[in-house]
Amino acid sequence: MDFESYDVLIVGGGLAGIRAAIAAVEANPRVKVGMVSKVYPMRSHTVSAEGGAAAALRPEDSYENHAFDTIKGSDYLADQDVVEAFVREAPAEIIQMEHWGCPWTRDPDGKISARPFGGMTTWRTCFAADKTGFYMLHTVFQTSLKYEQIKRHDEAFVTKLLVEDSRCVGVVALDIRTGRFDAITAKSVILATGGLGRVYAFTTNGNICTGDGMALAYRAGVGLKDMEMVQFHPTGLPFTGILITEAVRGEGGYLLNNEGERFLKRYVPNKMELGPRDIISRAMVTEFEEGRGFDGPHGKYMHLDVRHLGEKAIDRKLPFMRELGREFMGIDIVKDPIPVRPVQHYMMGGVDADISGETEILGLYAAGECANVGLNGGNRLGSNSLSECLVFGAAAGRAAAQYAASAKLVTANPVDAMLWDEAHRVETAYLEKKGGDERIGAIREEMQREMDAGAGVFRTKEGLEKLIQQLGGLRERFERVKIEDSSKTFNTEIVAALELDYMLEVSQAIAVSALAREESRGAHARRDFPERNDEKYLKHTVAYRKEGARPRLEYRDVKITNFQPKARTY
Amino acid sequence: MPDKKVTIHATRYDPDKDEKPRLQAYEVPFYDESMVVLDALNWIKSNADGSLSYRWSCRMGICGSCGMMVNGTPKLTCNAFVRDYYPRPILVEPLNNFPVIRDLVIDMDDFMHKLKAIQPWIIRKQEMPLGAGEHRQTNEQIDDFRQFSQCINCMLCYAACPVYGLNDEFLGPAATALARRYNLDSRDQGLKQRLPVLADPEGVWECSFVGECSVVCPKGVDPAKAIQQTKLDTTMRFVLPYGNRE
Repeated sequence: MDFESYDVLIVGGGLAGIRAAIAAVEANPRVKVGMVSKVYPMRSHTVSAEGGAAAALRPEDSYENHAFDTIKGSDYLADQDVVEAFVREAPAEIIQMEHWGCPWTRDPDGKISARPFGGMTTWRTCFAADKTGFYMLHTVFQTSLKYEQIKRHDEAFVTKLLVEDSRCVGVVALDIRTGRFDAITAKSVILATGGLGRVYAFTTNGNICTGDGMALAYRAGVGLKDMEMVQFHPTGLPFTGILITEAVRGEGGYLLNNEGERFLKRYVPNKMELGPRDIISRAMVTEFEEGRGFDGPHGKYMHLDVRHLGEKAIDRKLPFMRELGREFMGIDIVKDPIPVRPVQHYMMGGVDADISGETEILGLYAAGECANVGLNGGNRLGSNSLSECLVFGAAAGRAAAQYAASAKLVTANPVDAMLWDEAHRVETAYLEKKGGDERIGAIREEMQREMDAGAGVFRTKEGLEKLIQQLGGLRERFERVKIEDSSKTFNTEIVAALELDYMLEVSQAIAVSALAREESRGAHARRDFPERNDEKYLKHTVAYRKEGARPRLEYRDVKITNFQPKARTY
Repeated sequence: MPDKKVTIHATRYDPDKDEKPRLQAYEVPFYDESMVVLDALNWIKSNADGSLSYRWSCRMGICGSCGMMVNGTPKLTCNAFVRDYYPRPILVEPLNNFPVIRDLVIDMDDFMHKLKAIQPWIIRKQEMPLGAGEHRQTNEQIDDFRQFSQCINCMLCYAACPVYGLNDEFLGPAATALARRYNLDSRDQGLKQRLPVLADPEGVWECSFVGECSVVCPKGVDPAKAIQQTKLDTTMRFVLPYGNRE
């Protein structure tokens, strides 16, 4: 059988994936790069990022300050060597994006401007109004079109990594348009599939954020690192979960409770609205529990107030927020406070990868939100993730291109067999199965409700035990799933089933990792263990999949270089 | 509120089975005042008919994937509110002027080729080294091209364009707006390279200035203006062969 072959194959077409593709080609112009994405690349969820991308570009800033802010923000769970490399490379990546056409908002002298952001001690968040992710994604995607070496497979869904002799040699992908299963072989594979927010009911994440790359790697035997570390952003719109950027607070917005009080003075008195996301989200939930939230049709909320900034500043720096308020809430943020509540936003955990994106499997790399290279630890600082996609996307692209130069392509023989097995597995599990009686939507919605309840802002032993039980029950129900769509052509129900399969997988890793970490650190807040315990848990959790059982957990030391753990107060 | 229902008539078409598209009616609970047409489709897919196919992701009007015809008008279904149609039934069809792959899913390969054809990247005679830092550009210079940079590739403008409906060789609104976005960028020197595509008989001159593209754009882009300005560029090329900005 014929199949496409590449030197470097990238799964995912968001900021990290496209940056990796360009880096691979620029490292070696003879490299043939393939990019498989389940959506057209410009639909990738990078597009929804708003606030900005951090880099120590300004003369008054320093690498040390950016590194320290990131490490403190991570509650000391970040690997400090990784952070130090990141802060050094971020500025050049921001400049590179500028050369490619990103319309960064400028200072009066024409240089790239910066705004304050949560947990950052100085102005280092570069931004393009309040649509930074949109501009960055379209810039890097449009730029990628000039490289003839990059060939795209749009709207193809990867169902399996091909692993032969402990080496990743490609993927099996379902071509959504035709329903055909293809083997796509490669000397190296980079996972850049983004986050998993859709395992929660209330999330800022788009429908496509279903943890695909994490589940693919996990099933191939790679560990998932720090999966208990799930970020809840303080300011999502009730009902839709649409993100209201932290830049609203960066530009001077106030967060107010139902007494009109800037309640953060009791939690982060020195940083107020610019405290880190984990602490502010907990503060909001605490205020709700103590009766100081507003009550609305979609639950409790706070006010985010920018009225004092004035129309001119709002239109210059936060035009998209005004548009979102008008279109989705029927309010004008120039005149009305914005209702907000904490919402799942980002996954610090992910595929266990090193500073170059290398995983435990030879030839397999990971970058961006789906990876955990050790940058974000227990809590990511806002605006570090767009920069992370650039820095570690590029690093993985270069490393994969270099590895590919000395690796051999797999031969057709084993690939044919693996393709047949995988196509057969999916067809018998979904398309040809008779007698299923469970709706995908019903299982998915229950999973989302249980994850909100059990693995939310605050966790307990009882809640997590119950969640693990419920997820087990949902896994059993999933075995009886009913697929109504028998078409080969653009069968989105099959895709939804495969995504739900992945989501159940990564949800279990989150719940089991969270149950085992009996301390509170970063975004992982245990009511039954409210203190941080460095003696026992200054370690990464690494979860390994076990068929039909809870994952096996290992712990690995955090890399400390220059910053000894201290109490984390703001 | 829980008792209110809205009727959705959605286009169904499976090329494996159907000779031509047909409509299917669904009764959907109008469960929240904030509900959008996309929520109704998602309710159908989760609760009534898993085989209904459509694209969507961000549901905040920025990814550009959920464009469909809603009661005959191209719309992002994530910000088409059910309350604006209720109690009338809502007709949801695939975007006009595109081949239909399945149900509400259009084939947009044509646009992807056109996007590449206009060379949507910064073109310079000499690349500046990274070490030299950024190009200086003021916010006022960004204002020159800002609106054209807002395109989310949602295809609503092509669905509204009568010329594209008759002739799919026409470069069309979004691709021209994006070419304009680069041509107006103070960092770019690629106007001359892009002109052959824009000045082609199927380029901007096909436009009959109906202006519907600008009306339906959900992001405030004015492709009609981009096309008119580009007509001027292509004329200037003949009048002043070296007259473009370089």
